[in-house]
Amino acid sequence: MQNTFEYFLDQLINGVTLGSIYGLIAIGYTLVYGIIGMINFAHGEIFMIGAFVSIITFLTLGIMGITWVPLALVIVLVMSMAVTSVYGWTLERVAYRPLRGSPRLAALITAIGMSIFLQNYVQLLQGARTKPIQPVITGGMELMSSKMPDGGTYVVSLSYLQAIILILTIVLMTVFTIIITRTPLGRAQRACEQDRKMAALLGVNVDRTISLTFVMGAALASVAGTIFLIRYGVIDFFVGFLVGVKAFTAAVLGGIGSLPGAMLGGLLIGIIEAFWSGYFTVEYKDVAAFGILVLVLIFRPTGLLGKPDIEKV
Amino acid sequence: MAEAATILLDVQHLTMRFGGLVAIDDVSFQAEPGQITAIIGPNGAGKTTIFNCLTGFYAPTVGRLALNHPRRGQFLLERMEGYQIAQKAGVARTFQNIRLFPRMTVLENLVIAQHNKLMRASGWTVAGLLGLKRYKDAERQAAEQAKYWLDQTNLTDRADWEAGNLPYGAQRRLEIARAMCTDPVMLCLDEPAAGLNPRESNELNRLLRFIRDEHDAGVLLIEHDMSVVMEISDHIVVLDYGKKISDGNPEYVRNDKNVIKAYLGEEEDDDLPEEVKQDLEKKGLA
Repeated sequence: MQNTFEYFLDQLINGVTLGSIYGLIAIGYTLVYGIIGMINFAHGEIFMIGAFVSIITFLTLGIMGITWVPLALVIVLVMSMAVTSVYGWTLERVAYRPLRGSPRLAALITAIGMSIFLQNYVQLLQGARTKPIQPVITGGMELMSSKMPDGGTYVVSLSYLQAIILILTIVLMTVFTIIITRTPLGRAQRACEQDRKMAALLGVNVDRTISLTFVMGAALASVAGTIFLIRYGVIDFFVGFLVGVKAFTAAVLGGIGSLPGAMLGGLLIGIIEAFWSGYFTVEYKDVAAFGILVLVLIFRPTGLLGKPDIEKV
Repeated sequence: MAEAATILLDVQHLTMRFGGLVAIDDVSFQAEPGQITAIIGPNGAGKTTIFNCLTGFYAPTVGRLALNHPRRGQFLLERMEGYQIAQKAGVARTFQNIRLFPRMTVLENLVIAQHNKLMRASGWTVAGLLGLKRYKDAERQAAEQAKYWLDQTNLTDRADWEAGNLPYGAQRRLEIARAMCTDPVMLCLDEPAAGLNPRESNELNRLLRFIRDEHDAGVLLIEHDMSVVMEISDHIVVLDYGKKISDGNPEYVRNDKNVIKAYLGEEEDDDLPEEVKQDLEKKGLA
């Protein structure tokens, strides 16, 4: 393997774009875990619904003749975020809120149940076949090129799609970091995270804060769904499962409950997968990702950026 | 209704049962604005249960808890949800075991208490994200109010500390400051002097008087430390086994037979058997 650096760069770009998808979904896991201490296993399905709303909107726009890509993309993103947020809100309202205060196990089982329910719901509505879409964004820019020994050229390029994914992810993560750290809503979320009852006694509407947390998580997952759709071009009712589990892994790797941890974890899992597939074998990329998770958890049980709970005596 | 205007909190026939246990049995009392009302009684008398009913933790089995807000009218606390009691009726409370947000800074602890004002000003987060002036002004006002209370509680130089790292006495003061940041008309303090040394305890007395005199808030106080209670209370309600046994000013309560009985036991030896009494008399002991 010559052109080592170019190949490395290629894989890095792949890994970062893949990691963006995981990171966006992982934020939803981490926010919900932070505020109500439960793993929302249906979150992967929320991502899948985001992808489905995106494909439906794309095709509808195509029928309506709106094919100018930037406009179509914006409409798809807005639609997908709006519809998926409603799903996220409803999920919390219908399945989780009635169980608030019940043992954790009950909430966990419900989450798994909702995950299966949503999969079957989409399968019934949309059918079990994979849904393809034509490439929406094509072309790219050349980052660098070099001569290969056999006379050809090796071109490292950043496709426009990858660029858009990166920009979108950076913008969204910045916005959400600002929401969490600087706005009253974020402050209320952090307060509810630490002591829900006390927050209520200070006039914070805890139920609404939790609902908004689910809405935020769902909105981010839906963007990940849109990105997934235009990057891979095919989706089915089951895509939420593996991607959801990976994103959950990312959240745990980064330290569940920590927002920067989720982003970092997502990026790491994406990069590990890309490098493993690039240098070793594609078949074992999942093993690599989960193996790293196991290693990290052995040495840092709270994840990379998670703060250990110190009990003051 | 002329009378209602001078009563801040009107508790009528409050009863709280947990299964077969009657924690509070038909207790009625009133608290006036601008006064410190103390609720005292031996352990297990039901003091904290009254607070829990007032702040929406428990729904009372029987009873009416009417709060007359000087500007917003009357609220029936037993029918309201926890967060509305703080938000609308203006009742704030502190806890026996401190409940700050330990991983937020001191300042943030005070700003979160002004959440509703800020949430409205931030236009449900949108204006806040865009950094609009209206929101920035509200944020600055909130910081100023927080700073005012930091000054009153001598915490200004620790505003950026994580609340969990403060020493115990400072945490107690911060909890009161945070409660005051919600702009309450009634402040419920659950054993604020517990664990304080005499100097800190004096400082607390000064703070409570300041709150009563300058902010016109009614203070409802649960306290075991009698020196605090007798010194600063305007009105004392005494509970024992969930029943009200005395109610009046400190002078009256101090001399009330029922109170002495509850705290120190019976004075007379009426319940000694007749033979024992005679025996004691014979020996010249009684």
